Formats: sequence, C-alpha cells, structure tokens
Amino acid sequence: MNKNSNTYIFIYASVMVILVAAALALTNGLLKDQHNKNSEIDKMTQILRSIKVEADKNNAESLFAQNIQTAYILNSAGQVDNQSSPEAAFAVEMSGEVTKPLEERQLPVYEALVEGDTLYILPVYGAGLWGPIWGYVSLKNDRNTIYAASFSHSGETPGLGAEISTEPFQAPFSGKVLYKEGEFRSIAILKSGQKADNQDAVDAISGGTITSKGVEDMLLNCLGAYKAFFEQVETENTENKEE
Amino acid sequence: MSSSRKQILINPISKNNPVVVLMLGICSALAVTAQVKPALVMGVSVTAVLAFSNVIISLLRNTIPNRIRIIVQLVVVAALVIIVEQILKAYAYEVWGQLSVFIGLIITNCILMGRLEAFALGNTPFDSFLDGIGNGLGYTAILLIVAIARELLGSGSLMGYAVIPQSFYEGGYMNNGLMILPPMALIVVGCIIWVHRSIDKDLQEE
Repeated sequence: MNKNSNTYIFIYASVMVILVAAALALTNGLLKDQHNKNSEIDKMTQILRSIKVEADKNNAESLFAQNIQTAYILNSAGQVDNQSSPEAAFAVEMSGEVTKPLEERQLPVYEALVEGDTLYILPVYGAGLWGPIWGYVSLKNDRNTIYAASFSHSGETPGLGAEISTEPFQAPFSGKVLYKEGEFRSIAILKSGQKADNQDAVDAISGGTITSKGVEDMLLNCLGAYKAFFEQVETENTENKEE
Repeated sequence: MSSSRKQILINPISKNNPVVVLMLGICSALAVTAQVKPALVMGVSVTAVLAFSNVIISLLRNTIPNRIRIIVQLVVVAALVIIVEQILKAYAYEVWGQLSVFIGLIITNCILMGRLEAFALGNTPFDSFLDGIGNGLGYTAILLIVAIARELLGSGSLMGYAVIPQSFYEGGYMNNGLMILPPMALIVVGCIIWVHRSIDKDLQEE
C-alpha cells in the first residue's frame, strides 16, 4: 500500500484521532471519582488549615466532621439562606461566584468551634500571576480579627508566587483586623518595611509582586462581600446593650 | 545487555546529554528548577513520557505516513502527557497541584520531539525505550544539579528542608534572592556546560 497517498493519510489520521480520544475518555472516566474525591479532601484540608488544624489525606474527612460545626450560604445583605444545607455551602464554586454582581453572589460561611470559641471561615478566590489563587480566612467571634488564613494556587512560580501557600507568608495574618475606625479596610500586602495608612498589613513575597498584589485584591473583593455579615455583630451588640 | 545497547542507555547521561550537549529542553530547565522537588517530579514525568512515546512511535514507525509524521508524534506525546497528568491528579494530588502548568508543558519539551525524530523513527522498540530512559535520566540529572544549586543558595533549603543552620543567618549570612529568578538557571546551566566541556575535551568545538 502506498503510504504517501492521500487516502492512506486521511484514514491513518482519522483512526489515530479516534483511538486517542477513546483512550483519553476512558482514562478520565476511570479516574474521575478519584479526582473528585481528591479535590474534596484537598478543600477540607485547606479549610482545616485556616483554623490551624493540620490534616492529611487520610484523616481530613474525620477532622473536618469534628471541627466544622455547620456551614451555610449568605446573601450580600448578610441573611442566611434557609434552604442552604452544609453540603450546598461546601459545593459552592467560588470561581463562579466572584464574577457575579454582589447582589447575586452566594456567600458560604463555615462555622468551627475551636477551644470553645466560634470561628467563621470565609472562602476567598482571585487571580495570581499565572492562574487562579484561592484560600480560606478564619475570623474570631468579633467577625473582625483574623484567627488564621490559608492560601493555595494552581500554577504560581515555585519559590516565588507559590510561596503564598507557605507558613511564613500565612502566619502573619493571625491577629490582623479588617476594620479600622469602624470602616472596612481589608488587609494590605506590602513590601517589607513599608507601612500602610490606617490599615493592617503583612509582608509581600520578594519576586512575587503580582501574586502578592493578587492576594491583596482577592481579600478586598471577597471579604468585602461579607461586610453586612461583619457588621451584624455591632448591631447585635447594641441590641444586647439596650436590653 | 549488549555493549551497543548499554551505550544507547549511558551515552545520553553525559557524553550526549540532551540539555548540556544537544541544548534541548533548556526552557523547562529554567522553569522548574527553583526548588528540588518539582525538578525531580518533572524529571521523572519527562522520563516516563519520553520512554513510552519512543516505544509507541517505534512500534508505529513502519506505518506512519512521512508527510504527517510530526503530527502523529505530537498526538502520541500529547495523549501520554494528558494520561500522566490524570494519573498524578488521581494518585499524587499534591505534586499535581505543584506542577500542573509544567506537566502540560512537557508536550513542548524539545527533547521529546528531538528523540522521536532522531531515534525512535529508525530503531527497534526496545532500543528506543532505552534511549528514552537514558535521555530522561540525562535531563533529570541536569535539572537536579541546577535545582540543588538554586534552592541551596536561593532559599537555604533542599527538598524543602532548611539545611543552612540558623547561626549562619544570625552571623549575617543572607539567601541570594537572585538565584530564584529564571536568569540564574541559565547561568548555572552555562557553568555546568563549561565544567562538562573542560572535563570532556572531545566536546570542545574548534
């Protein structure tokens, strides 16, 4: 058979493409459950890391069940969606939510009980240099002071932007406050040595400026959506005083 | 193993190294070598993809129409890379997370196309397999040398463990942040080539 005839080339190319497509579809089909399970476990591990609980893939599910009391979805006015189950809150895809206008966003909140204190865990999602970055920020009972934060990324440069997922970057977030003088300020991320006006700040990563800036924008944008939820505390406090 | 097969396996590790002699795959050598661990996983992934794509192309070599051989090679490599990525995602999720972008970039690694064109199209499957393993190891070796130099001098650690004692830092030692940036990988590769050629005089050009 003439290997250089057009017919042969067409048949060869078509058969090859069909076989390869079938092989890839098969691989994906076989591994899909494992992929979903991995990403759920990964999400649980990250949520747990934001309340300083270290989990690995073997104990993530049990630790998550122990530590996370409940989860629900808020609207931008800070009201709990009564229909929302913890499963629904867990399943919310932040990548889709951040692109919606504020009024339509679903805002998940996880509640954890650590040493007798209720912590609120809020998901954040934004853009780094090469791709998405995301994370979880846990707030103390006052809905203002950060208890801890954990960040992850899909493809930031190892050694530079990727450092946002390491302890030295995340640890300084503990104890920082979102509100200064009654105004929502979020957290600034600055070159070490610089000071922010009227705002708490943590050190950026040298060589990872765009990723650091991405974290700053992500916190401002995503935590800003919860403003109504944060400010409920003050109203609750004043109500209590009146009683 | 006959001595000619041994040569196929061993030659690419030093004398015919894909990175420092053939100058292939420099791009990924810059990208993944800021730390040792991603460099190691990248090396292993490239070795696996290279060995298997060599075998597949070698098996098909008598049927591939000459005019579309590059396309056939690309399809085989791309399919294998996606399968490797899927397997990593299922069984080594953390490593997959660290490497995700770079795994896709294996497809564009010049070593793969270079070896498929130069070797697999004209040799038996077993020889091609050995050639793939040899070149993969040669690539991994260079990646590891560069990564060790960069992580040690740039971050003071190896495989993520701090190796430079705290007392050095207290005495005024500082990590060299420049080592983490990509241009330094190129300079380190240049230094390796220099040392390599001064040891192996056969490689020096007139």
